[in-house]
Amino acid sequence: MSFGAGMNFQAVKAIYLFEMARTRRTLLQSVVSPVISTSLYFIVFGAAVGSRIQEIEGVSYGAFITPGLIMLTLLTQCIGNGSFGIYFPKFTGTIYEILSSPISMAEIVLGYVGAAATKGMMIGLIILATASLFVDLHIAHPFVMLVFFVLTAVTFSLFGFLIGIWAKDFEQLNLIPMLVIPPLVFLGGSFYSVSMLPPFWQAVSHANPVLYLISGFRWSFFEISEVNPVVSFVIILAFLGVLMGLLVWIFRTGYRLRN
Amino acid sequence: MAPIVTVSNLVKTYGSGFQALKGVSLEIEEGEILALLGPNGAGKTTLISIICGIVNPSSGSVHVNGHDVVKDFRATRSIIGLVPQELTTDQFETVWNTVSFSRGLHGKKANPAHIEKVLRDLSLWDKKDNMLRELSGGMKRRVLIAKALSHEPRILFLDEPTAGVDVNLRKDMWKVVQTLREGGVTIILTTHYIEEAEEIADRVGVINGGEILLIEEKSALMKTLGRKQLRIELSEPILDAGLPRGLEPYGLVLEDAGARLVYDYDAASGRTGITTLLAAVAEAGLRIKDISTRQSTLEDIFVELVEKRA
Repeated sequence: MSFGAGMNFQAVKAIYLFEMARTRRTLLQSVVSPVISTSLYFIVFGAAVGSRIQEIEGVSYGAFITPGLIMLTLLTQCIGNGSFGIYFPKFTGTIYEILSSPISMAEIVLGYVGAAATKGMMIGLIILATASLFVDLHIAHPFVMLVFFVLTAVTFSLFGFLIGIWAKDFEQLNLIPMLVIPPLVFLGGSFYSVSMLPPFWQAVSHANPVLYLISGFRWSFFEISEVNPVVSFVIILAFLGVLMGLLVWIFRTGYRLRN
Repeated sequence: MAPIVTVSNLVKTYGSGFQALKGVSLEIEEGEILALLGPNGAGKTTLISIICGIVNPSSGSVHVNGHDVVKDFRATRSIIGLVPQELTTDQFETVWNTVSFSRGLHGKKANPAHIEKVLRDLSLWDKKDNMLRELSGGMKRRVLIAKALSHEPRILFLDEPTAGVDVNLRKDMWKVVQTLREGGVTIILTTHYIEEAEEIADRVGVINGGEILLIEEKSALMKTLGRKQLRIELSEPILDAGLPRGLEPYGLVLEDAGARLVYDYDAASGRTGITTLLAAVAEAGLRIKDISTRQSTLEDIFVELVEKRA
């Protein structure tokens, strides 16, 4: 299960390319649909609502919502790709081949999560490009932005992977991406500043992990944030740590894969 | 020579409490064809799944080429090819891609010449660009075999390879199996078509209820357990009269509405009792139309074994 000399690079590459090929086959659904829905957000929130809100902390409303929209897409895409990638072979039965190959669980994760994160990031960048058509964007700290971007993509692709292993049917597969993530993103300050809320709801919002993601990411663009960006960074790392812990447990027990 | 696969006291209890394997031990020699016979639910697939690394054993161990299948899984899985029982395929992949993918998973560099050879041997070459969902069931089965051969395995598991397969594919498949065997590949197949085992296996193992009932050379098995039958066709059936008294000691069975007498005997023994039986038949005044003998098949042996244990 170790990385290094004995690593089966061919297998990681095979899984990665296989997953990326799936994206190419479903280009319309994978790429075009998030672009359309983001454009709609810009029209509805940016143009209609934005004409009444004007500015938040010196940033135009349209620009203000951009990091949140990218995060919304990144989270849903990464979870969706990560979970579907491993769930589908479980569903069709082709997982037998992965499980009987000379490949460690770490390599399986690397292939699937790597591909899911790549796809998520590709779409995130397309959203960024789309956004720049609607609003004037400046990224104050591109490196920090990239760190948040990559870390979030990897973390949530891994989260998706774990959901895919846990899910026994399509309903369970969609439960978290459909029911849990959207409220967290919407209530995490994607479309408004949490400081606009009454004190009680501000406190509630700080219990929402997604708030920290969006806040940190937005800081890298405009240097404005709900919470200290370092706190955001630590929260993502902590979440990644929890997921890694779960992953190790799954490797050890063979949970829902080799039982 | 050390066996290429050694299974020791293998136990598998599933989460539901079902015990699929109850302490199975078995050795497989390099280069042989071993047929595992057993009814549905006997534990064949679980045994294979553990050897191939798909399922974790509850206790016991499996060594492949001297390596433990859990600890040294890279060494063991890289030399094993598996053709599963279910027709599980990625519907939207092409034949070429899915077979190449399998090779990659096994850590081997791309080798188009080898993939081409495998596809040609299995009559899949003209389908290489087809999506799997466009193929018939038999063709999909061929693809699964091609996937299992993509990384040039030294051990090949065929789990119920001929279930729902037509005669042509069966012939092609056995041709491929013969070629592989000539190349030194060890082949383990599970089946409940006994004729298949009889036709191609060197050794036969019988598994039922999670236990190996026996494992033996096919010819030895046939010799020790194989019975012969003498079948005497009568010109006129014995109807309501029943067996003439003089024939009672022979343990005859009446078949075909009294038109056939069936006599079981041991061909290996010096005295088969045939001569005296025929004399007794003549004495009873029965007229013989025809006589034939029949060697019992593996199927008979199998049924007998499983029934004996039940």
